[in-house]
Amino acid sequence: MKSEGEFVNQPDNTAFTQQRLPAWQPMLSAGIVIPLFTLIGLAFIGIGVALFITSQNIKVQELDYTGTATSSPCFQCSGLSIQNCTCERNFSLSELFEGPVFFYYGLSNYYQNYRQYGVSKDDYQLSGDTTYFLKPQSYCSPYQYSNNKPIVPCGSIANSMFNDTFRLYLLVNGSRKQVPFDGKGIAWWTDYNIKYRNPSPVNGSFAAAFDGTTKPVNWQKSAYELDPTDQANNGFLNQDFLVWMRRAALPNFRKLYGRITGGDYSQGLPAGNYTLQISYNYPVLSFGGTKKVVFSNVSWMGGKNQFLGIAYLVIGSLCVVMAIVMLIVYAKYKFPDNDDA
Amino acid sequence: MDSVLSACGLNGKKEKVQEERHLRANDREFNLSFKYANNAIKTSKYNIFTFLPLNLFEQFQRLANAYFVFLLILQLIPAISSLSWFTTVVPLLLVLCITLAKDGTDDIVSAVTHISYLSISEPLNLVYIETAELDGETNLKVKQALTVTGDLGDNIDTLAAFDGEVHCEAPNNRLDKFTGTLTVQGETYALDNERILLRGCTLRNTEWCFGLVLFGGPDTKLMQNSGKSVFKRTSIDHLMNVLVLFIFGLLACMCTTLAIGNGIWEHQQGTSFTAFLPRQDGANAAFSGFLSFWSYVIILNTVVPISLYVSVEILRLGNSYFIDWDRKMYHTKTDTPAQARTTTLNEELGQIKYIFSDKTGTLTQNIMTFNRCSINGKSYGEEKVDFSWNSLADTKFCFHDHALVEAVKQGSSEVHAFFRLLALCHTVMPEEKTEGQLFYQAQSPDEGALVTAARNFGFVFRTRTPETISVVEMGINITYELLAVLDFNNVRKRMSVIVRSPDGRLTLYCKGADTIIYERLHPSCSKVMEVTTEHLNEYAGEGLRTLALAYKDLDEAEFEQWRERHHEASTALEDREEKLDAIYEEIEKDLMLIGATAVEDKLQDGVPQTIEQLAQADIKIWVLTGDKQETAENIGYSCNMLREEMTEVFIIAADTAEGVKEELAYGLQKDFQLELLRTACMCQTVICCRVTPLQKAQVVELVKKYKKAVTLAIGDGANDVSMIKAAHIGVGISGQEGMQAVLSSDFSFAQFRYLQRLLLVHGHWSYLRMCKFLCYFFYKNFSFTFVHFWYGFFCGFSAQTVYDEWFITMYNLVYTALPIIGLSLFDQDVNDRWSMQYPQLYAPGQKNQYFNKMTFVKILLHSCYSSLILFFIPYAAMQDTVRDDGKDIADYQSFALLAQTCLLVVVNVQLGLDTYYWTAVNHFFLWGSLSVFFAITFTMYSNGMYLIFTSSFPFIGTARNSLNQPNVWLTIFLTTLLCVLPVVALRFLLIQLRPTINDKVRYKVRQAKAVLPPPPRRFPRRRISTRRSGYAFSHARGYGDLVTSGRFLRRPVKTRLTLFPLVESPLAENSPQTYRSIGEGAQRS
Repeated sequence: MKSEGEFVNQPDNTAFTQQRLPAWQPMLSAGIVIPLFTLIGLAFIGIGVALFITSQNIKVQELDYTGTATSSPCFQCSGLSIQNCTCERNFSLSELFEGPVFFYYGLSNYYQNYRQYGVSKDDYQLSGDTTYFLKPQSYCSPYQYSNNKPIVPCGSIANSMFNDTFRLYLLVNGSRKQVPFDGKGIAWWTDYNIKYRNPSPVNGSFAAAFDGTTKPVNWQKSAYELDPTDQANNGFLNQDFLVWMRRAALPNFRKLYGRITGGDYSQGLPAGNYTLQISYNYPVLSFGGTKKVVFSNVSWMGGKNQFLGIAYLVIGSLCVVMAIVMLIVYAKYKFPDNDDA
Repeated sequence: MDSVLSACGLNGKKEKVQEERHLRANDREFNLSFKYANNAIKTSKYNIFTFLPLNLFEQFQRLANAYFVFLLILQLIPAISSLSWFTTVVPLLLVLCITLAKDGTDDIVSAVTHISYLSISEPLNLVYIETAELDGETNLKVKQALTVTGDLGDNIDTLAAFDGEVHCEAPNNRLDKFTGTLTVQGETYALDNERILLRGCTLRNTEWCFGLVLFGGPDTKLMQNSGKSVFKRTSIDHLMNVLVLFIFGLLACMCTTLAIGNGIWEHQQGTSFTAFLPRQDGANAAFSGFLSFWSYVIILNTVVPISLYVSVEILRLGNSYFIDWDRKMYHTKTDTPAQARTTTLNEELGQIKYIFSDKTGTLTQNIMTFNRCSINGKSYGEEKVDFSWNSLADTKFCFHDHALVEAVKQGSSEVHAFFRLLALCHTVMPEEKTEGQLFYQAQSPDEGALVTAARNFGFVFRTRTPETISVVEMGINITYELLAVLDFNNVRKRMSVIVRSPDGRLTLYCKGADTIIYERLHPSCSKVMEVTTEHLNEYAGEGLRTLALAYKDLDEAEFEQWRERHHEASTALEDREEKLDAIYEEIEKDLMLIGATAVEDKLQDGVPQTIEQLAQADIKIWVLTGDKQETAENIGYSCNMLREEMTEVFIIAADTAEGVKEELAYGLQKDFQLELLRTACMCQTVICCRVTPLQKAQVVELVKKYKKAVTLAIGDGANDVSMIKAAHIGVGISGQEGMQAVLSSDFSFAQFRYLQRLLLVHGHWSYLRMCKFLCYFFYKNFSFTFVHFWYGFFCGFSAQTVYDEWFITMYNLVYTALPIIGLSLFDQDVNDRWSMQYPQLYAPGQKNQYFNKMTFVKILLHSCYSSLILFFIPYAAMQDTVRDDGKDIADYQSFALLAQTCLLVVVNVQLGLDTYYWTAVNHFFLWGSLSVFFAITFTMYSNGMYLIFTSSFPFIGTARNSLNQPNVWLTIFLTTLLCVLPVVALRFLLIQLRPTINDKVRYKVRQAKAVLPPPPRRFPRRRISTRRSGYAFSHARGYGDLVTSGRFLRRPVKTRLTLFPLVESPLAENSPQTYRSIGEGAQRS
């Protein structure tokens, strides 16, 4: 097209260089905004209702066992110096608690999201790299060495692992029948299969892999003794350990302890009287925390959370109201018909 | 044409002020010993080896980068480090690299300049120069060399043997003054302004001249006059600096709040939490607070918009390219595209309030054309004429009337008289290099046009001697005896010649301003007068400059008598001027009117339209010209700046304000500045005449200083350099002879009319884009950062980040970089045609409406709101909830992923809301960025990445485990809508209740789109009723003396010896321009 030499400096005539690119130019006109708000409002109300009902149908049974009140059965265990204390809490279900039922322990005012706490672990150790067994990373400090021996697993998170244990009994005709907790498969698949790895056994002995190291100071057992009965649930692959290591985002949290799925309880927990036996080890009173256990079932939207449903309902309604307001304003001012640009 | 014998100069870096300059001709060693500046002007900063270290050093001096380094150091302290080092290093490296690349390419441009002062000239010791480049005056000037050097001739050997020594003043910027001495063979001669040629003038009608260079490069008066080169910053830059300071303050406030919070928390909770928290010995609450302060400085550093600077540079560069690429600002005739020479000022183009324009070469083409004439009551000049019958015709000349040609051919005596007058009554110098190849050298283009007209109609002015004028009249050679030239001056406003024709008739020919001529007409021509007046009105209505022509036959005896008295007067020692004027007055009476001419001072294409458009955009245009008042005024009318209805036009001259019903010109006076400014700003149009280059700059500075408005200066010559540099934005007219203006300009293009496109389209868009960019950029960074602030209250103020570190690293660089660049490169509220159609769209820029402190506060509040939503909605939604298989989802990593996904979706939707113009690129960038976010997130959280870089990617599996949950998506959806819907509602209501001009035009466009595109604007030609007549071209006085003295005529070589004594030279009287001086205070500024 260009005649050579004559218009050498002439810019190219393309849509791009001439800023003529075809474009969609939407505007916030009444025809779009008002229907949009109405539609969103209605959709939100719909979703809100669904969420609300779903959430309402989720059953939750919470039991606080911190033992601050003197009347509380766990009061005697909450003292600082008491060791190996067990307490029991009774509760009754008037109707079937539909399964699968999940059993959580919950802590409050517990700052797992504290920055220095969060970094206090050694990912290499936890992925089974034995070179870091003897030389834990400095993040773990001050839980890096204990009596000049490297701590495995090192760091604050591991050290502070929750160590209360629970047993649930159903009272049938005055006798206790244990309701089994399934503690397997409560951690994320990726944590169990990828992120955390046990060290390879040395001379056939798993424990020997931990030679030259010591257990975290707060632990009663070593990592390789967490579940001696099941090697797949032992060491760093212990599900309770994995659940604990996935630290919570907020200072009040609950963590999965076990599922009630087996045998007689596949339909859920039947109505009746129950006793929860708690082996009370974990001190929380010093920092004003509380401990609780939660029985809950789930829905498609996860655990019970009223907020989402209510928020959807409120915002949906607001949208509809807003749509009406905008309609009135539009009817009154009628831009752009009144323009004189 | 000129050769330079030796060049020398003063080194600019020398600290001692040079008092005097000492040079010796043809003695290079001697001259070099002074280390004077040479002609090369070096602007390149680096070479290959120094580039990297020097540039890095410079970059680290910048506040932003230094801040980066400071952060990096903080991050290396383990007790403080709340983020990994890479979050700072990666952006820093990127910023450094981009800046490095940009500085590198910018530096590969350098300029060289040349020529200087010269003191010897051609045989007759006279050179003609045009100084338009220098001072904007369009007429020729004459300079004369010393006789002693004039003798040297063009013999190279003699010249080479010349051994004069020069002592002269140090470099300065006075164009009209020079003092020095030349010592030749022991004799000392004075050198003054008349003996030197200044850099920037153009030799005319001069074959050769030799000179001695006195000043070179930066020492030349032109360069000294061109003002300081300052690094220009836009008003938004300045605002940003203020805002950045504010943001630092904000950062300090937030960090302090959080640090105090941390202290309290540590005091109340932390101490009792020791069972689980890692705690070093000796840490107390206060110290912890202190550390937390610095940790939060690291985390919240993203409020300080560091990558902003890089992005701003990129988008300005992009918008500059759009200017370079614009075909509608490309001039086909000269093959000159527009050029954005400075790439950092674009958005300021959208904020111009004052335009300062040069006249000659910018508004006008500096070409006069003879358009119409009225001869003996008959008007000519409607249709095109073929001049092929006249072999001596100037081929470029065209005139539009056959009737006139017929009249000439038929020998109508009036028509002949008319053209005879034009051929005789002038001071033009002819030059005939080869037979038939005539060149006229006129002191003003007006005169040139008239003589050329006569020539084309068969009255060819051919040669001139002091006593004769030879004219070829219809092919017959006739030589007139030139008896007297009654020269032009400002008061007389006319000139006459008295000639004796070969047949012995004595005639006085006179041309001049119509009113002046009319007063001196013989009563018998009242009838012609009437008709001619009508014609004059008509011509004036077309914007032409008119002259009335008259003649008078003289009586021999009467003339002799007059001549004696004239001689008496011209040799009088006292009041010579007045006496001469009186003598002239005597003879210039009872004239017979021949007719009138109408000359068009050709405007550049589209000038009136452009000015009208710009005026509609509420841009004030001031014309600053070195030309005299009449010329300027005339141009003011013809280009629409002055209109008939402007009755309140007045002149301020020197220091007295006269309420003349005219227009505005003025002289600046020291304590008069404010008064002047106040007056001038009340005027719709301001025209300043007779301004020196430096004064132009001072006017600009004055407006800049007191009006706080954004100014633009446009000019084409070296005399405009100072104002181009002084204004916020300097525009040079390119594609012409001089490059001075272009070289110092920020933008350049070939035609004045492109200015409207530059401002109304590019400027408008650039401003819009820049403001949108800034608003959005601050919004997204604040929203991003404030979430950390809220999270502080829930994590023991431990400086725990809400997001993944990788997300923090990539947020500005990858995830949100491109969509906003796309927006700020392509967005347009309306397309270019509509932008031109509605110049009112320009107003928001002038008023700084789209980005100011108020908008900034609004952004701050908006992001506060958004960040609250962005934190608390996920917080509430995730509180105590679990996955649908009962497993954990309220863990930190899932929460981080949720928060960052929400954030990214929200800022992208917000961007979508801000986008007016969705091109494919915008879509691609927006959706691409979102996709890239998910792609990168899934990759970084994948098994492979964890297995390879175990400690760097601890978020393994988070994406898979959390993003497959419906409640997570419902939360994202809720958060997004909650952030965006109020904005939509608010904007909608604002459009309804208080629509801006922008809204209105956009709606209009939308409605019109279905119907038809905007019609191109039509500008009806205005009719002007007031006549403006006169020698609008000459200033000071004509060259009548010179013509009759014969001094400046080309003579055979033998006459070289006849050198006139210096004192007698009429040129000595042709004194240099004395400019009304601007106040001393102003000069210092």
